Amino acid sequence: MERIPINRIELQIQSKGENVALSRICIAALASQLEITLNDLEEIKVAVSEAVSNAIIHGYENNPEHMVTITSLLYEDELVIEVIDAGIGIADIQQALQPAYSTDPERMGLGFVFMQSFMDQVEVESELNHGTKVTLKKMIGSAGAEKKAVS
Amino acid sequence: MSYVLRKKNRTLIIQVTGELDLVTANNFRETVDATMQEMMAKNLIIDLARVNFIDSSGLGVILGRFRKISAQGGKLVLIGLTPNVQRILELSGILSFIPYCDDELKAWQLLEKKVI
Repeated sequence: MERIPINRIELQIQSKGENVALSRICIAALASQLEITLNDLEEIKVAVSEAVSNAIIHGYENNPEHMVTITSLLYEDELVIEVIDAGIGIADIQQALQPAYSTDPERMGLGFVFMQSFMDQVEVESELNHGTKVTLKKMIGSAGAEKKAVS
Repeated sequence: MSYVLRKKNRTLIIQVTGELDLVTANNFRETVDATMQEMMAKNLIIDLARVNFIDSSGLGVILGRFRKISAQGGKLVLIGLTPNVQRILELSGILSFIPYCDDELKAWQLLEKKVI
């Protein structure tokens, strides 16, 4: 049976760094509609920040004239977030998921490491020159905490 | 994001307030690099006690300053890590090579004892 979200949002942001904070605050506000620990909330904010920053820096190569779509579905036990860009795509997803993949000395290449550490599930779909979709899932709320405890 | 900047001897002390992410990291880098050059500072103490959010862009700018200052024979010390910030820094592995301590007094002890 298909699960029905208790709330959902869709954000479209210009690919500007200023919108990274906006995105994580919106998603955190959505997640806060369930009972959630401050720790979980911080983890969600970092993961969203990383995914949206990646779309801007890598997907659109810092060109601010594009749009990033962020959708989020809030279920009674889980938060699902999709961050979608129509940028250059990732040639080798497995390599991109490795720590320290970045070639920039000012960057640590830890974006995906943080996403994987802080979320329960991270999926990356990408096609060269068409874009990337990152899906982040985290069990939250009292129902989510119960499911986590059982598993 | 806002800063309070002080210089003592050849050390710049920067107290950061706000969130350290993609946008603010660029501003932080420009501020630190320009001020260190202007003040001819050799060492840097970054006070993160008022930083309420940091992501890998924020970590990257700290790492970049560490590499730059170390290459010039200087030292970088982080102080005032809140539990959230410390967790991110620990996960990144950055604290295995960048010295950190509770407060400025201890940072001076580290710099003066030359144990780092």
